[in-house]
Parts: sequence; structure tokens; C-alpha cells
Amino acid sequence: MSVAFLATLAAMIVCLALAWRYLGSYLVAVYEGRVKWLSFVERPLYRLLGTDPDAEQSWQRYTLSLIIFSGVSILVTYVLLRAQGVLPLNPQHLKGVTPGLAWNTSVSFVTNTNWQNYAGESTMSYLSQMVALVVQNFVSPAVGMLVAIALIRGFARRSVSYIGNFWVDLVRSVIYILLPISSVFALVFIAQGAVQTFGGPVHVYDALNHVTQTIPRGPVASQEAIKQLGTNGGGYFNANGAHPFENPTGLTNFLSILLLLSIPVALTYTFGKMVGNVRQGVAVLAAMTILFGAWLAVTVAAEQGHNPAVAAAGLVHQPGGNMQGKETRFGASSSALYGVASTQTSTGSADSSYDSYTPLGGLGLMAGMAQGDVTPGGVGSGLYTILLSAIIAVFIGGLMVGRTPEYLGKKIQAREVKLASFGVLVMPITVLVLTGIAVAIPAGASAALNKGPHGFSEVFYALLSQGNNNGSAFAGLSGNTAFYNIVGGIDMLIGRFAIIVAVLALAGALAKKGIVPASAGTFRTDTPMFVGLLVGVIVLVGALTFFPALSVGPIVEQFLHGRFF
Amino acid sequence: MAKEIQSSTANAQHGVAKARGLFDPEILVHAGAGAFRKLDPRVQLRNPVMFVVLVGTCVCFVEAVAHPSIFTWSVTVWLALTVLFANFAEAMAEGRGKAQADTLRKMRTETEARLLAADGTERRVPASQLAKGDRVVCEAGDLIPSDGEIAEGVASVDESAITGESAPVIRESGGDRSAVTGGTKVLSDRIVVEITAEPGHTFLDRMIGLVEGASRQKTPNEIALTILLAALTIIFLPVVVVLRPFGSYAHSQVSVVILIGLLVCLIPTTIGALLSAIGIAGMDRLVQRNVLAMSGRAVEAAGDVSTLLLDKTGTITLGNRMASAFLPVGGSDEQALADAAQLASLADETPEGRSIVVLAKERFALRERELTEDHSFIPFSAQTRMSGLDIAGRQIRKGAAEAVRRFVTAAGGSIPGDLDEIVERVAKAGSTPLAVADGPRVLGVVELKDVVKEGIAERFDQLRAIGIKTVMITGDNPLTAAAIASEAGVDDYLAEATPETKMALIVAEQEGGKLVAMTGDGTNDAPALAQADVGVAMNTGTTAAKEAGNMVDLDSNPTKLIDIVEVGKQLLITRGALTTFSIANDVAKYFAIIPALFAETYARPHHPGPLEVLNVMHLHSPTSAVLSAVIFNAIIIIALIPLALRGVRFRPASAMSILRRNVWIYGVGGLVMPFIGIKLIDMLLTVTRLY
Repeated sequence: MSVAFLATLAAMIVCLALAWRYLGSYLVAVYEGRVKWLSFVERPLYRLLGTDPDAEQSWQRYTLSLIIFSGVSILVTYVLLRAQGVLPLNPQHLKGVTPGLAWNTSVSFVTNTNWQNYAGESTMSYLSQMVALVVQNFVSPAVGMLVAIALIRGFARRSVSYIGNFWVDLVRSVIYILLPISSVFALVFIAQGAVQTFGGPVHVYDALNHVTQTIPRGPVASQEAIKQLGTNGGGYFNANGAHPFENPTGLTNFLSILLLLSIPVALTYTFGKMVGNVRQGVAVLAAMTILFGAWLAVTVAAEQGHNPAVAAAGLVHQPGGNMQGKETRFGASSSALYGVASTQTSTGSADSSYDSYTPLGGLGLMAGMAQGDVTPGGVGSGLYTILLSAIIAVFIGGLMVGRTPEYLGKKIQAREVKLASFGVLVMPITVLVLTGIAVAIPAGASAALNKGPHGFSEVFYALLSQGNNNGSAFAGLSGNTAFYNIVGGIDMLIGRFAIIVAVLALAGALAKKGIVPASAGTFRTDTPMFVGLLVGVIVLVGALTFFPALSVGPIVEQFLHGRFF
Repeated sequence: MAKEIQSSTANAQHGVAKARGLFDPEILVHAGAGAFRKLDPRVQLRNPVMFVVLVGTCVCFVEAVAHPSIFTWSVTVWLALTVLFANFAEAMAEGRGKAQADTLRKMRTETEARLLAADGTERRVPASQLAKGDRVVCEAGDLIPSDGEIAEGVASVDESAITGESAPVIRESGGDRSAVTGGTKVLSDRIVVEITAEPGHTFLDRMIGLVEGASRQKTPNEIALTILLAALTIIFLPVVVVLRPFGSYAHSQVSVVILIGLLVCLIPTTIGALLSAIGIAGMDRLVQRNVLAMSGRAVEAAGDVSTLLLDKTGTITLGNRMASAFLPVGGSDEQALADAAQLASLADETPEGRSIVVLAKERFALRERELTEDHSFIPFSAQTRMSGLDIAGRQIRKGAAEAVRRFVTAAGGSIPGDLDEIVERVAKAGSTPLAVADGPRVLGVVELKDVVKEGIAERFDQLRAIGIKTVMITGDNPLTAAAIASEAGVDDYLAEATPETKMALIVAEQEGGKLVAMTGDGTNDAPALAQADVGVAMNTGTTAAKEAGNMVDLDSNPTKLIDIVEVGKQLLITRGALTTFSIANDVAKYFAIIPALFAETYARPHHPGPLEVLNVMHLHSPTSAVLSAVIFNAIIIIALIPLALRGVRFRPASAMSILRRNVWIYGVGGLVMPFIGIKLIDMLLTVTRLY
């Protein structure tokens, strides 16, 4: 580990601390309706949507609005992708996207997954990229954030049946948070050399090899900032963050990591502030940080070490660590940081190839997703999912102090336990069942590039990533098949909306409850003890559900010491 | 006086029926039979965790018949034992209640009633035919046939059949001591009882139902926990099922028996098997303390209580005021005051009067004397508000300061200047001042103190540590109340309490999100008892009070509220601790079974497979590893039955220190212990050379 890497880490921590405190309190102001500087945009939008910004919704109506909005989003995106061939802004004259791929892609972008079974530069027109996909890059993180906010309101409010107004929360998330911040950083990316043009590809004649090289370009920089800020991760180019047009310099690489971590981290401050005790947010952030740090250490150490396959060939000494599939601009450690940050925030963007990581390094990447992508997780989704685990932790821990468990003064009873367990377990069940099907049938198993445990990892990773709405790709899997397009779409829909409905139902149930005042007999949730329990629950649930799968994937591969199949 | 403080422990020995040990041989035999009876699938279906084990056992059985081997049969047998052990635990918990119910039932069947007709004639009918409103006659030696209120007369009643307390109690018509319970025995006199219970709904019937657990319903926290356990069972189904395709992908066959073994090991069988036993045992622990909870919900609510309303008299103070000091006034001598006070109290049989005699003896060695001279006692009357003694021309009086002042002034004496000051000081300290005069001279004041029970302040400290606020309820004026409250160490007090102010206090606490517990016995307590989350009615109380509350204390000891809270907490802690233990166990089981399952996966010929590195316990062989985990999983249920029945030890401390302790023991312990246990079982199995 170099001094440069440690300095990068230190700078990252300082920047994130600032984002936690100041972005966090800005988010509070936005969702409490105190930020008004764009009201001249806001008000006409509400008129257009036909919503009364002062009227709040019950959890059922809130959920219904969200489902209708997302359903329409999927439909519109699907139609635009299918019809891109006859629509404008298509200088490469690309054909319409095939039905299977259009289904997978539209679901992918609406669920904030950004799983890409295609190479952007050779599949999507400018219109598809800029309108169909980028619009979702703004609204899908907004949906994640507003669900988190609705849940926080459930905790903070007492004895009411309203959890907010979906349309107001949606509009405010986009215009006050995502648009302004990503606009500023898009300019920084352009200044650093990211491409932003409608000019179409350039053709360069390579006199040495007597070939004409086609270099695709497009409106890239405007997508970059929101790709990271909204934990979307869908790259303009297939190479994603490893492409110099997307991620031209060390600074943009740093900012990419910072942007994808900033909102999930800041939301823990927002949470603490809105429930009236910032320490509650600190506890959640501490649990996230411990797990993030642990898996970062595993991955960095594994990638700093040697590649077992190369070592098996006799090259034990590998300076710079496992450099296969890494950008020489970034190196092994920094790539590992990007990889861990991106997989643990459900962003899924990448500046290196995970297929080439050591088995243990790859395990480090899968671990974040096996834990449900909560460390710190996607924009909004990380917070609301970790709060489900917190409810389970509170329930078990609370019983152990001899009282009906309560979290933030809300009694955790049958309904809350039911919804939280469902929310925590729906992802593992979906991913395991789909992986079981995929490895059992030829349509699933044959799509993997490798045989043996590495091939298993490729299949498992794809379904784990989609089930967590992560979108990170291990590579090595030919995903654009009828099987993976359809199954992946189902995986993403369940991973997103089954959990969201459970969370909103929970928000509704919590908002209706009164608040039990804390006393010495209360199990306090702003203490290191609770952080430990929360970490324990997350690790145990992740390990108990995924240990067998990981055993026949990266773990067994690690102990094969570079044998291939 | 110390009796009352000890009674909560003493009563544990003479519970509702003869106390039985937890592992009474008779109960063990019954529970053994019950374990098989409970194999009925309809019974099993109520417990999703154990139902899955039962189904798994059946599948294993089919496998074992199809592919017989020592291994498949061993696993099948141990899985069946797992189900039986769970049934056994539940039957054990029910056993003690059943035995008590049998005793009570005998009492009910044999009674005959003397029904009183409107014309005054008597007719003998079986007790079971009595309806509400009937009047029956009971004389010395009769069993009272059903619950009722005494309409006429007064009698001493032996209630030991219900309460276990052998000392007879007085029951009389009118007032708060008029309720009688069916099954108790009249020892003297004749009473006419108006029946207040429908047949089959008497207190005795309810008691039988309660101790037997027949009317047992799952409590809110138990339901929530069952949901979590069901979720943890459901998740492991796909986890285990997909191991088949995962194995096929890696070209290794995964045996169904091993998969079922893994499934049973992973689902939370430990807590699943013991959950209902814990609940039944919790109710039983209350019964052993002579408290009948009308529902499990009430027991659970007791653990959640954050405010305790405690009556001053009987709970916090001994109930009688005691002389504590002689305070002379006007320059008179303390010994002379003590002597006069003792003389004035010789004929006073009230506890206050006795205490003055005793204090004078202790302080000045003044003996109770035989009065030789001509004398006459002046009894207390509501008009004079004084009592005393006329002897040898002296007129000695004690009484309220105001009354004594009038007496002295009338006798031509003068009032010493410091009297008012001392009287006021005594009153401010929460005591009652009693002035003593000898003819026209005021000698001084006797301080009658409300004596706070020994050890009660420590109990309140403990309650404070577990986050419970205590509120003293008293009819005293605020000044007196404040003084006693500060001496006893309660957090708050309600002075000059009326049923209305009590009710208002409960509602106010509940609106703040708190759960309130209280005790009561009078009819005017009934609304408050019904409003409180935990309302403990004294068995000596009225029928209205007993019906309004959700618990009845057979010992009528208000201090027991504190025990009830502890039992409620212990119940939840035991469930939480065993859940944690159960889940933490899974880690070791994975390390035993996964390497065994994939022992051959990607192995080179004649080499152990790469996943052998996960066999950190170095278990002998794949079959011994799986079987060891299954055996451990079954045995741990039996091993934890005593803990489930007795409950995890509860020591009053803050929530966080209780949690820390339990996380260490049951969380970390649960993580480590199975590694040791499975390894030991594996070593034993290896010795047999069968696996």
C-alpha cells in the first residue's frame, strides 16, 4: 500500500465527513420543505402533475404513486429504446434495441440498477442515452431517496397516518439535490477532459497498421456526474470508468468515488437529524463504515498480493500486485477502492475488470452485495435496507433486555418484524433461487466464459448484482441472451420493489405508533453495543444465506491455487 | 411486622398447590408420554420450525428405507429425537400446571350447596347447578360452593386451598371484605352468600384453566418472535435446496440426507423447540409466587411497565404508625413525659398505643405495671379525640394537639410557647404528633412515625436502575406525603389521592407512551385497575376489583408488583437470549457441514478436496461431521430445558449492562460452544468406528 493510496483515503474521509455534515443537513432542509430557491420551477411542475404540494399521502397512496410512476417509466424507456432507430439524435444509425434487451435495460435503469447487457457506444443512440437512460439516472435515485425519507418520517412522526407526498418528494429530490450537484460536477469532468459532444464518432487512419479506427464519442460528461452521484453506475462506454473519455484523470477518479459515496453517507446524518438524535445516524454510519473498511481491507490486501494463477505459472513475485485487468493509471489499491466503493453502494460502475481479480478480491466485491448493499448502499436504498436489519437487531437485542423491543421509541411488534424480515430476506431468496436455476440449465450455465468455480462466480455475481440493484458486472458472462435478459429483469424488479413496498408499509405502520419515552430500561440504539449487534446481524444474515454459494464460488477457487477447468 | 416483607419469598414455598420441583419424577414420566402424544401433525403445525423438522424426518426416513446405511438411519433417528425433545420440553413446562389443576379440580367436583329459597327454606343442590343471583347458606365446616358476596353475617374463612395461606381470614357483608371464593371453607359462624359467578366461570374454573395452560394464547412478543423464526426457517429452505444444483454444477452429488441434516441444523430449532415451554414456564413462575395472570399478554406487559403506582400503606410503609420519640415541652422532663404517655396508653390496644408502651420501656426501662391504686381508663371517643387514664387524682390524657390544648385550657392550665413549634415540626417530617397532658400541664409530644418498610428503598433503587419510575399513592396531605416519599426513595407521589386523581395520573402516564402497573383491592379501585396496563387485584379485595384487574395476587401482598415486573422481564430475556444462541450456533454448523458436503468437489484423485480447509474442527469424516452437527442440535434442546423453565437469571441493572452480559453469554457463547460440542461428539463417534 503506497503513501499515495493512504493520502487518497485520508482525503476521501475528510471530504465525506464534510458531505455527511453539510449535505446531510441540506437534505433535511430539502425534505422539510425549507429550501425554496427553485420554487419558480417547483410550483409549475406541481401544477403539471396536478398535485397539491401541501396534501400528504397515506403509505398506500404513496406506494401506489411510486408504482405507477415506475411502471410508466419502464414503459416509456422500453418504447424509446425499441424505437431509437427511427428517432432523431442517432448519428451512428443504430437499430432499435431488441425486445429482451430493451426489457432488461429499461427495468435496469428504472430500478437504479444500471445493469448493462450491452456496450453503450455500439447499441444506444444519443437520444436513448440522453433521454431514455439519463432521465432514469435522475429519477431512479430520487425514488430511492424518497423511500428512505418516508421511512425516516415513519420513525419521527407520532400517531399520524401520512408519510409525505410522493410527487413533492420526487420533484424536490431531483431539482434541489441531484440536478444542481451533478451539473456542477459535470463541468468539472468536462474541464478534466471528459468528452461532451453531439459530433458523432471520429475516424482515425492508423498509417502504421493501415486501418481506420473508429472512436465513438458522445454526450459523456453530462452522464458521468449523475452516474456516480445517483449510484446508477451505467457507463456511456462498455469500459465504464476505465475509459479515459469517462474518467480522464486521477482527480475525476477521486471525484467519482467521492460522488457515489456522498449521498448514502450524508443520509445517515439526515436520518439522525430528522429523528431528533444525530447519534442515531452516527451509529448506523459506524456500522456501515466498519463493514466497508473490513471488505476494503480484504480486497486491497488480496489485490496487492499475487495472482494465484500467475504464481502457479512460476511468477510468485508480482510487483504492484495483481495488475491483470487494472488500469495502469490507477493501480491495484486504488482500483480496489473504486471497486469496493462501487459494489457496496450499488453503483456498479468500475475502473477495472473484476473478472480478473483474485478469488479473494472478488469475494470482497461480492461480500458487500451479499450483505444486501447497505454499507453504505445505494442512494436511499442503503439507508432503508440497513434500517430493516436494524429493526431485526433491535428486536433480538431488545428482547434480551426484557422489554417489548423499541427502536427510536417505536415498538417493534409482529407487523414490523414481518415487514423487516420480508425486506431483509427477499433479496437472498430471489438471488439464490435464480442462481440455482441458472447453473442447472444449459441456457444459464453455458453463458459463463469459464468453467468450474470461476464460471459459477460469473453467473452468481450477475444475479447477485441485479438482485441488489447494483449493476456491477463481474464480466465473463454473455448476458444478452433471452434467459439472462428475462431472469435479470425479474431479479431487479423484485430486488427493488418488493423491498420498497415492505419499507413503505413499515413507514406507515411506524407513523401510526406513539413514541415510548426512553428510560434506563430502554435498549439504547446510539451506542457501540448496538453498532456491534447491527454489524452482527448484517454479517450473520449475509453469511448464513450466502456462505454455501460463496463456498463453491470464490472460496473454493481461492484454495485451488490457480487450477483451471 | 417483618413477615410481610418476607412473604413474597416465603409464599414461593407454599404455592397454589403443593410445590413440586422442576424435575419431579412424576412430571418427567408424564412429559415423556406427552412427547409422543404431541407428534400429532395438527399440534406440530402450530410451530412452523418444528413442523419443518418433522417433515424432514419423514423424508429422511424414506431415504433411509430406500438406501439403508448406518449413517442414513442415524440421522433419521436423531432428527426424530429432535422433534421428541421439543415436545418433551413443552410437556415438561405444562406438567407442573397440570398437576396443580388436578388438585384444584378435586376441590370443585365434590361440593354441595345449601340453596336458600325466597321463603327462607333450604334445599341441597350440587354446586354445579348454582346460578348467578342464587343465595346459599354456609355454616362452620361447609365449603363455599361458588364465588359470591356475603349478603348477611360475618365468618372466618380458611382460604388455604386457593392461597396456600393457613391463617383464616375474616369475611363480612358490606364493604371491601365481602367477597368469598368457591372452594374455600367457613370455619366459624353462619353467612348467607349471594352467588356472583355463572357455573363453569368461577374463580376456581379460571384458575384451573390458567395453571393448565388450556386457554393459553400466544402473546404479542411471542407472535412477533414466531414470525421472525418462521422467516429464518423459510430462508434456509432455498439456501439448502439450491445446494443440489450448485453441487451438480461442480460435478458432485449432494445427498438428500445431508441436505436435510443441514436444513434442520440451520433453522432455529433450539428456540423453536423451547419457545412455548418458555411461555408456559413464565406463567407458571407467577403461579408459584401465588399470582394468577388472566392472560400471558399481561405478564408480558409487566416486563414493559415503566411506571409503578404503589399504595403507601402496606406497600411502602408497614401500615401502622409507631411511636418514635418523646419531645418534652415547657421545660418538662422527657422521662416524666414517657411515663405519662405510657400510663395513658396502658389500656390502648391499637398498634399506636402498644408502640408507645414499648418505646417508653425501651428508652427508660419503664415496665408495664400493675395499677394498684384506684383508677379508670378513659377510652378514645370521636368527640374528645383523646384517651387516657384517671389515677390518684391525676388526669392523664393523650390525643390530637388541638384536643389536648382545649383540655388543658379548660383545666385552667397554660400552653407552653414551644408546643406549636414542635407539633408543626413533627407534622412536617411526615409524622403524627400526639400531645400528652397531666392535668393542666402539657408535658410534651409523642411522635408517631409512619415506618417505612425495611429494604424498600433498595428495591426502589433497583427499579430505578431498570428504568421504572415509582409513584407513591397516599391519602395523606402533601407535606406528610413528601416526607415519606423522600424517606422511602420513591420517584414521585400522589398526595390526597382519590380514585379520580389516581385515574387521571394513569391516563397522563399512558398518554406519554408509558405502561402503568398498579395494585388495588377496593371497588372504587376498579376503574383504575381496568385502565392500568397491569392491574393486580388483591385476593382479599372485592369481586369488582378482581374482575377489573388482569392479575390476582392470592397473598394480597402489594409489594409483589415488583416481582411480577421481574417475571415479565425474565420471560422476554429468556426468549431473546435463546434466539440469539440459536442463530449464533449456525456458524459452527456451517463449518461442520459445508466441508463435508463438498468434500469431493474439485478434488484431485486421492487428495482431499480444496474445501477441506474449511474443516477447521478437523472432524473425522464427512458422515461423522454431519451426524455430529445433527446430534449437537438435538442434545442442546434437552440441555437447555432447565434454562427455559427457570428463565435466564435477571439481575436489576440498566438495560445496557443486561444486554452486554447476555450478548457475551448467549451471543459469543453461542458462537463458540457448538465448535467445542460438535468436536466432542465427533470424537465420540470416531471411537465407535461406525462413521
